[in-house]
Amino acid sequence: MTKESKIKNLWEYLRSPSSAALWFILAIGFTGGIIFWGGFNTALEITNTEEFCIGCHEMKDNVYEEYKETIHYSNRSGVRATCPDCHVPKKWTHKIVRKIAASKEVWGMLTGLIDTRDKFVDHRRVLAEREWKRMKENDSLECRNCHNFEYMDFSEQGNRSVKMHSSALASGEKTCIDCHKGIAHQLPDMKGIENW
Amino acid sequence: MKILPILMITLGLVTAYTTLAEQTVNTGGLETIRGASTIDQTRKADRLKRVIKDKNPIKRNYVHQPPVIPHQIRGYRVDTNSNKCLTCHGWKYAAETGATKISLTHYESRDGKTLSEVSPRRYFCSQCHVTQADAPDLVDNTFKPIESLGND
Ligand code: HEC
Ligand code: HEC
Ligand code: HEC
Ligand code: HEC
Ligand code: HEC
Ligand code: HEC
Repeated sequence: MTKESKIKNLWEYLRSPSSAALWFILAIGFTGGIIFWGGFNTALEITNTEEFCIGCHEMKDNVYEEYKETIHYSNRSGVRATCPDCHVPKKWTHKIVRKIAASKEVWGMLTGLIDTRDKFVDHRRVLAEREWKRMKENDSLECRNCHNFEYMDFSEQGNRSVKMHSSALASGEKTCIDCHKGIAHQLPDMKGIENW
Repeated sequence: MKILPILMITLGLVTAYTTLAEQTVNTGGLETIRGASTIDQTRKADRLKRVIKDKNPIKRNYVHQPPVIPHQIRGYRVDTNSNKCLTCHGWKYAAETGATKISLTHYESRDGKTLSEVSPRRYFCSQCHVTQADAPDLVDNTFKPIESLGND
């Protein structure tokens, strides 16, 4: 059979009444898809709020309490960065990857991995290192969603900021997280970490 | 007789009340450089001062003065896990960050031994080094800084 005749055959089939079942399935699949898609996105939206994150005491009693003392919780302009702003990528594909990776957090909660302050403190280095690695790999994408290097006005920044930003940051040698560790939470034991 | 106990109680209450009311409270009334304050009142808090944000080093007034901090230190933690100050002022990083190196006295223990790490008694920087705010002096000061340190 030639290619053209194959396509012709298919077309004939689709026009014939016996293809009704196929059409039915396609229709269901289509509407189902839309509903599923919408539901999926809504679920994504809900899980992308601070309330959701601090719904777990593991997050609320430790990192959230610490974060409340920092510049991203209260500052002169009243603009806040919430948990997902720094931890969940804005881009859809990245987001899905992060969400799938985050499923292990539910497992962590169920198994009581960090359900007391002591356990959390003991485990913190591991958690922090994962975040540093992630941010290093994406060139601190989340920070850059809000802080755009292009629009940083060096004449408004302090001496120390200008010195570091116009050298190591501008040249691309370092990224935000290399210099700004511990910006929102307390740090684990920093022994052996570069620059500490 | 039921009237007697009632009478006694009322009388007792009245005397107790009047003696209490007569008692004057010693309010302390201490005059301090922050203004007068009495212990039965909560003094209104002063307005928070602004810490100087980022400046060149501030001149020292005498030899062995711990230099004051010419920049803000909000959120800089110094604890068992980490010491933010040393990430700039430590010898390893000072050249890169442009910060003044901590001097060798910071490596000396109480009995003059030189250690290979910052001495525990010099670990908590803000014990000796403090930020500056644009606040008026609370007391007059006639101290004259020494000339050889570049003060005029
Ligand atoms: C079900 C309770 C729960 C919720 C809800 C939750 N977390 Fe967590 N989170 C955990 C636990 C448990 C861990 C430790 C997981 C592990 O190490 O396996 C964790 C670890 C983390 C880490 C450490 C890095 C890593 O990859 O392990 C980050 C960052 C984090 N959570 C951020 C968030 C953010 C942002 C949200 C909201 C979108 C959130 N969490 C919601 C329980 C939760
Ligand atoms: C949701 C937007 C947002 C995100 C995401 C964000 N920031 Fe910020 N950041 C802010 C705002 C708003 C301020 C406060 C501006 C002000 O009023 O001074 C700020 C302030 C800062 C400061 C100044 C601290 C100070 O004491 O002056 C630093 C440093 C900083 N951010 C670093 C980061 C880093 C590193 C990341 C990524 C891990 C990040 N930010 C992510 C919005 C954001
Ligand atoms: C090479 C180290 C380095 C890198 C890389 C770096 N910073 Fe900084 N940044 C500093 C230093 C040092 C300061 C001043 C000290 C401080 O605020 O703790 C500073 C200060 C800031 C401030 C406050 C500015 C001011 O003076 O008011 C912001 C906001 C900031 N950084 C954001 C960022 C962001 C966003 C990135 C990534 C795009 C980044 N930094 C990358 C070293 C760095
Ligand atoms: C300004 C960005 C920013 C915000 C806002 C923020 N985080 Fe983080 N978070 C970080 C960075 C950066 C790290 C990596 C460790 C470090 O440097 O402190 C981190 C680490 C963590 C960790 C790993 C444990 C640790 O302390 O290192 C958890 C869990 C976490 N964040 C949860 C949260 C939750 C929950 C919120 C909201 C209440 C939140 N974060 C808000 C930037 C942020
Ligand atoms: C991001 C790097 C950085 C951090 C972190 C930092 N400093 Fe500094 N510091 C500097 C720089 C750079 C100078 C030099 C002044 C200038 O050029 O702005 C300085 C100046 C000083 C001086 C004055 C030195 C002199 O010669 O007069 C003192 C004191 C000081 N810092 C103490 C501290 C303390 C205490 C901390 C921690 C709470 C700290 N610094 C954290 C960068 C830093
Ligand atoms: C017990 C008080 C004390 C503590 C704690 C202390 N310093 Fe000092 N520091 C001094 C004195 C006094 C001087 C000036 C004389 C000298 O060099 O010893 C000084 C000098 C300095 C200088 C200027 C050095 C120079 O070459 O002129 C820097 C920078 C400095 N200290 C940073 C720090 C940092 C960072 C810490 C925390 C790790 C710290 N200091 C902890 C007392 C202290």
